[in-house]
Amino acid sequence: MAFPQPRPQAPQIPQHLLRTIDCQQGAVRAVRFNIDGNYLLSCGSDKSLKLWSTSRGTLLKTYSGHGYEVLDADGSYDNSQICSCSSDKTVILWDVATGQVTRKLRGHAGKVNCVQFNEEATVILSGSIDGTVRCWDTRSRRYEPIQVLDEARDGISSLKVAQHELLTGSVDGRVRRYDLRMGQLHVDFISSPITCVCFSQDGQCTLSSSLDSTLRLLDKSTGEMLGEYTGHKMKGYKLDCCLSSKDTHVLSCSEDGHVYCWDLVEGSLSLKLPVGKAVVQSLSFHPTETRLLTAMEGRVQVWGADEKGSA
Amino acid sequence: MASDSDSDEDFVTYGTPLEPLEEDEPLKKPVPLHDQTVKDEKGRYKRFHGAFTGGFSAGYFNTVGSKEGWAPSAFVSSRQQKAEKHHARPEDFMDEEDFSEHGIAPREITTSQEFSSSRRDEAGEKARAISAQAALIPGDTLLEELIAPARSSIGVELLMKMGWKEGQGVGPRVKRKARRQQMDGGGKVYGCTLPPAGSEESEDDDEEFAPENVTFAPKDVTPVDFNPRLGVQGLGYRGLDPSLALLGHGTAEHIDLFKPQSETRNRLFGDTKSSSRRGGVVGQAFGVGALEDDDEDVYHRDSMSRYDTILGEEEPGDSLYGWTAPQQYTKKKVRSKDASYLGKILEGFTLAQKPLEEKTIFPPPCLPRDYRPVHHFRPSVDVSHLSGVSPALAEALRVSKGHMVKEEPQQAGRHQLDSGQRRALLGEDTLQGPSSVMELLRPEDRQRLLSFRNSSNPPSAKTSTPVSGHASQTSGKSAQVLPASSGLQQEALAAWRGIQTSSQTFKPFEKNPSKQARYELYLSRLKQGDNDALEQSLDPGMTEWERSREREEFVRASILYRPTSSSLSSRFTRAKDQEDDDSVEVSQDQEGDLDDKQSAVKMKMFGKLTRETFEWYPDKLLCKRFNVPDPYPGSGIVGLPKVKRDKFSVFNFLTVTESREAAAPPKPPESGKKSRWDVSEQKVEKKKEDPLGELLSAARNQTETKVEHTPTPALPALPASISSSDQAPGSKPEIKSSEQQSSEQKKEGDEEEEEEEEESRPPMDLFKAIFASSSDEKSSSSSEGESSDEEEEKVTKEDEGKVDSEPLNLFSIPSSSSATTTSSSATTTSSSATASSSATASSSATASSSATTSSSATASSSATASSSHQAAVSTQASEQEEEEFGPKLPPPSAALIRGGAASMCPPIKEVKTGKKSKEKKHKKKKHYKHKKEKKKKKHKKHKHKEAAEEEQGGGAGEQEGEDGQVSTDELLKRSEVTCQSIER
Repeated sequence: MAFPQPRPQAPQIPQHLLRTIDCQQGAVRAVRFNIDGNYLLSCGSDKSLKLWSTSRGTLLKTYSGHGYEVLDADGSYDNSQICSCSSDKTVILWDVATGQVTRKLRGHAGKVNCVQFNEEATVILSGSIDGTVRCWDTRSRRYEPIQVLDEARDGISSLKVAQHELLTGSVDGRVRRYDLRMGQLHVDFISSPITCVCFSQDGQCTLSSSLDSTLRLLDKSTGEMLGEYTGHKMKGYKLDCCLSSKDTHVLSCSEDGHVYCWDLVEGSLSLKLPVGKAVVQSLSFHPTETRLLTAMEGRVQVWGADEKGSA
Repeated sequence: MASDSDSDEDFVTYGTPLEPLEEDEPLKKPVPLHDQTVKDEKGRYKRFHGAFTGGFSAGYFNTVGSKEGWAPSAFVSSRQQKAEKHHARPEDFMDEEDFSEHGIAPREITTSQEFSSSRRDEAGEKARAISAQAALIPGDTLLEELIAPARSSIGVELLMKMGWKEGQGVGPRVKRKARRQQMDGGGKVYGCTLPPAGSEESEDDDEEFAPENVTFAPKDVTPVDFNPRLGVQGLGYRGLDPSLALLGHGTAEHIDLFKPQSETRNRLFGDTKSSSRRGGVVGQAFGVGALEDDDEDVYHRDSMSRYDTILGEEEPGDSLYGWTAPQQYTKKKVRSKDASYLGKILEGFTLAQKPLEEKTIFPPPCLPRDYRPVHHFRPSVDVSHLSGVSPALAEALRVSKGHMVKEEPQQAGRHQLDSGQRRALLGEDTLQGPSSVMELLRPEDRQRLLSFRNSSNPPSAKTSTPVSGHASQTSGKSAQVLPASSGLQQEALAAWRGIQTSSQTFKPFEKNPSKQARYELYLSRLKQGDNDALEQSLDPGMTEWERSREREEFVRASILYRPTSSSLSSRFTRAKDQEDDDSVEVSQDQEGDLDDKQSAVKMKMFGKLTRETFEWYPDKLLCKRFNVPDPYPGSGIVGLPKVKRDKFSVFNFLTVTESREAAAPPKPPESGKKSRWDVSEQKVEKKKEDPLGELLSAARNQTETKVEHTPTPALPALPASISSSDQAPGSKPEIKSSEQQSSEQKKEGDEEEEEEEEESRPPMDLFKAIFASSSDEKSSSSSEGESSDEEEEKVTKEDEGKVDSEPLNLFSIPSSSSATTTSSSATTTSSSATASSSATASSSATASSSATTSSSATASSSATASSSHQAAVSTQASEQEEEEFGPKLPPPSAALIRGGAASMCPPIKEVKTGKKSKEKKHKKKKHYKHKKEKKKKKHKKHKHKEAAEEEQGGGAGEQEGEDGQVSTDELLKRSEVTCQSIER
C-alpha cells in the first residue's frame, strides 16, 4: 500500500428526496429493500405486493394472492424468491420471475406481523399477533412449521435474522434472542411493547423501539444499554426503526410525520426529516449506500445523501 | 419427522411407484389363472405347457407355423421354365425368433466386432464351433484359433492415437511426487492403518533424481470387474462338472465345489494322482459303491475348517488397495504370533494385536482411626427463605452449595409469593366480597365460635403465659434468636399434649428420613408433654443455623398437622393410593420477578437485571437449515425444557399459621395484617436482591444489619417468625409502631385496605393441606388470569390494529398524544404502583427490617454513598414516592448525590399514581378503548373532532397524574441525555 487510505468521509445522511413513488395499492404497510438495494418491495393494504426498481421507480411486478392487507415482505439472498405475510394469517412464498405463489403457509392463529428469510432462504420465519414465531421450511414440502417458538406472552411485532440468531420483539415488552448455535434464549426486558427490533450491521448490538417513544441500543451479549434515543413519537402504531448501512446513525419512524435520525454514538438528533403530515409507517435503509425508503400513506419516497442520488 | 422431511427432499425417484392404496377402496380380486395369458410380440397367445413339457407352445399348436402346416411345394420343371436348383438355407428353417437379437442368427443391427469391446460375442463363437464340428477335418480351425490376427478394439486405437501406450494408466500425466502423495496420504484411513508402501520403496530411488519437468503416466490399474451373481449359491461356487466328476479324482476329499483353483490346476497340469483313480461319481453325496473298498469315509463329517471363512485370500498386491486395505501388514504380524499360539486359540478367535493395558490398582486410602462410616445428609435448605441470618452468611451458604444455586431462585419464586403477590404480578383485581367465612357470621357468633374452639383445647389457655416464660428460660440462647416461636411451641405443645393415639400419619418430611425421625421424636415428646421437646429432638450435630431452621419447621408442621378432632376426622378418609403425580410440569427456568425488572428498566439499569438466559433447544432440522451444528445433539427436547417439580412441599404451608393467627386469636387485627405485609415485603425485597451485584449488597447489608441488629432483637428471626413476633411479650412497642404506620397507610387509600383484608384471608392454604391437588387448580387459575390478561392486552393491541387497518383516511388525522395512551403506559403505572406500594411497606418496615434491598432500597443504599450514575436517577424516581409515603427514609441530600441531574430536573409534579388502585387502571383501560372508538368515529366525521377532543381532555383528567408522571420521567430521561451530551 503505497498510498495512504483516503480520509474517511463524514457520515452522510439521506436528506434529499430523490423520488416519490405512488404505489397505487392503498396504504403502504411496509417498504423493504431487496438484498442488494436495487429493488424495493412495497406491501399494500389492497392485498397486493409490488416490486419496483429503486433507480427508475418503475413497477416491475405485482404479486397478488393474499387475502388481506400485506404487512411485511422479504426477498431472498438470490432474488429468486419473496416471502410476504398478511393479515389473512398466511405467509406466502413467491416466485419472483413468474409472480406465482410457490407456497402458501397457514398455521398462524392471527395476523402475521413480520416475516424474514434466513440467510440461505431455507427457512422462513414469521411472527404473528398470536405470540408465536413459526419456522417454515422452504426446502421440503411440509406444510407444518419446523418449530414454533411460543415463548412470547403477547404478539410478535418484529423479528430479524442474522446468521444463526433470531431476534424477536414482542408486545409483552421483551426482546428475545434465540441463539441457535449456543442453544440459548436471551430475554431482555424492556417493559414497554416493542414495535421493532434490529441487529446492527456488525452484529454486536440490537436496536429496539418501543411504544414509550424510545429506541434503545443494547449490547447483544450482555444486554446492557449502550444508547437511548428519544424525541420522536411512537405511542400507538407499529412503526419501524433501523440503523444506517454503516452503523453511524439510528433512524426511526415517527407518528408526527418525520423520520428521526440520531447519531449512534452521541445519541444526539442529527436530522429530523420531514416526510409528510401523516404517520411514517415504515422505512428501510439501503444495505450499502446512503439511501432511505420511507412509506407514508400510499407513497414510497426514496431519499439520498445529495440531490443526484449518486452517493 | 426429520426422516420424513429428508425423504421429501429426494426428488429423484426410480421406477414406477405403486398406486397409493386408498383405505376405503375394496380389495381387487386376483386375476384367475385361466385369465392370465401370455402373448408373443405379435399378439398371439402363447400357451404354457409347464416347465417340463416344453415351455411355451410354438407355432400352431406346437406343430408348424400355420394352420395349414407345411404347404407342400410341387416340383415343376418345364422347358420354358426350368426349375431352379433349390438350395435350402438354414434361414429357411428359422422363424423370426431366431432372427431376433437373441436368436441364433440375429438380423438386427449390432455392434460389429471391430467396435465391440473385448467381450467376445458368444453367438459368433458358437457358430464357429458348429462349423468346425461340421468341417471335414476336425480341428481344421485350430490353426485359425491359434493364429488370431492382432486386433485391437476401436477404443484402444483411439487411445493409442492420443499417445497412450500399453501398460500405462489412463489419465493426465503426473509428477512422481504428487503420485506418491496420492498413494500415501490421500484418502482417509478407516479403521486400520495403511501398510507401509512396500512396493513403492524401490521407486523412491528414482524419485530422488527425477527432474522437475518430467512427468509420468499414471499407473495402470486394472479395474475390478464384478460379475453379478445370478444364482443363489454361495460365493465361489462353480457348478458340478460331469466330466470332472467322471474322472474320479478326489475320492479322498469330497467334491469340493468351492475350490475351483485346485481343480483347474489339476486339470491344467495333469495331476497324476487323480488320473490313477477310477472313474465314477463318488463322494459324500453319492455314497459308496459296492465295488469300492475304501469305505472309511461313509460317515464323513464335514468340518467348517475346510471352508474358507475369510474373504479375499487371493487378493493381489498393491494396485488394489482400495479394496483390500491392509492385508499384508496385518497378515504378517498375525501369522507370526499365530504360529506360537497354534492350537491353543479357540476357534473363531484371533490373537489381540496390542497387549492389553494393565490397570493400575491403587490401594485404598487409609481411614483415620476415628472414622465412622455414617453420613448425615444435611437438609438442603433454601437460603433465600432466610431473612434473619446475616446476608453474608447466606451468601456463603449459597456459594457453598455450588450447583444448587441455579435451582434456587425458581423455588423461591414459586414458594415465596403468596396469593396477594401473585395477584399483584398478574394485575388482577382484588376479590370482592367477604374473604373469610368468619366474616359472614355475626360478631357474637364469631366470638362464640372462637371461644368454643379455645375451650376445646383448654390447656393452652392455662399454660400459655407461665410456660412461655419458662420456655424462654430453658431454651436459653435459642430463645434469643427466636422468641417468637416460643409461643408457637406452646401452642404445639398444647395441641399434642396427652394425645396417645397414633392417628397422626402424615409425614411432612418424608423425603428426608432422618429429619422425619427427628420430627417424630419431637412429636412423641410433645405427646408426653415435654416442654423441651423441641430442643431435645434436634440433632446437636447440626449447625446453629440449621437447627433454628429445623426448629421453625417442626413447630409449624406440628401445629399445621395437629391431630384433628374426632368429629372432623370422621368426615375425611385418607386417600387410598398414593398419588404418584405429585409433581407438576413447569418450564425449567421461569422468568424472574417482574417488579424487579420493571424497577430496573425504570432505573435504566439494563443488563444483568433485565437479561435472562434460558436453555433453548432448537429443532434438529432448523439447525440443519441454518447450517449450524445441533447445540444439544441427541436430546429430544424442542423449545424450552420442562421439568417436573414437586407441587406438594412443606414450604407451601409455612405461611399458613400466620394467617391463622391473624384470624383466630383475639389480637388486634391490624398487627396480624401488618406482620403479613412485612413478611411479604421482605420476601419481595429478598428477591430483588438476588440479581444485584451480590458482593456489594452483601457488604452493604452486612453494615446495615450490624447497625440495625441491636435495637430490634426480634428481627433476625426467620421471615415467618416475624409475624409471630407480635405474640412474644418483648416486642409490644414495635407492634405499636407498625400499627401507627399501618394507620397511616390506611389514610392513604381505601383500596389498599381492601387489599389488606383480602390479604388476610386465611383458609386457602389450609384447604390445600387437606386437598393436596388444589395447588394445580390454583396454578391453572393463575394461568387463566394471565391469559385473560394477555387477551386484554391483545384486545387493546387489536384495537390499535383496527385503527391501523383503516386504509387511507387514518393517516390524515394526527393522533393526539393524550388520546393514545397505550398499554405500555398502563404497565408502567402498574409497575410504579407496585413499586411504590412496596416502597411504602418497606419504608414502614425499614425501622425494623434488616433486609433492605434493590429498587426501594437503593434509596437507602445511596446513603452508603453509591455514586453510580443511574442509581441517582433511580433514587429520584423512588424519592417521588417517598415524598408521598415514606415517613422514614434516608435524607434526600444523601440520595441526591449527583446534583446535576437533580437540579436540572423540574420540580416533581404531584404523583398520585403510586397508590392508584388496579380498579382505577381498569377503568382507565376501558376509557382508553372508549377513546379509541371515539377516534374511529372521528375519522369518519371530521366535524366532531373538536368535541371529541374536548371529551378526551375531560377523560384525560383522570389520568393526568399518570401522564404527568410519564412526562416527568421523560423529562428525567432527557435531562440525563443532555447531561451526558454535556459531559461529552
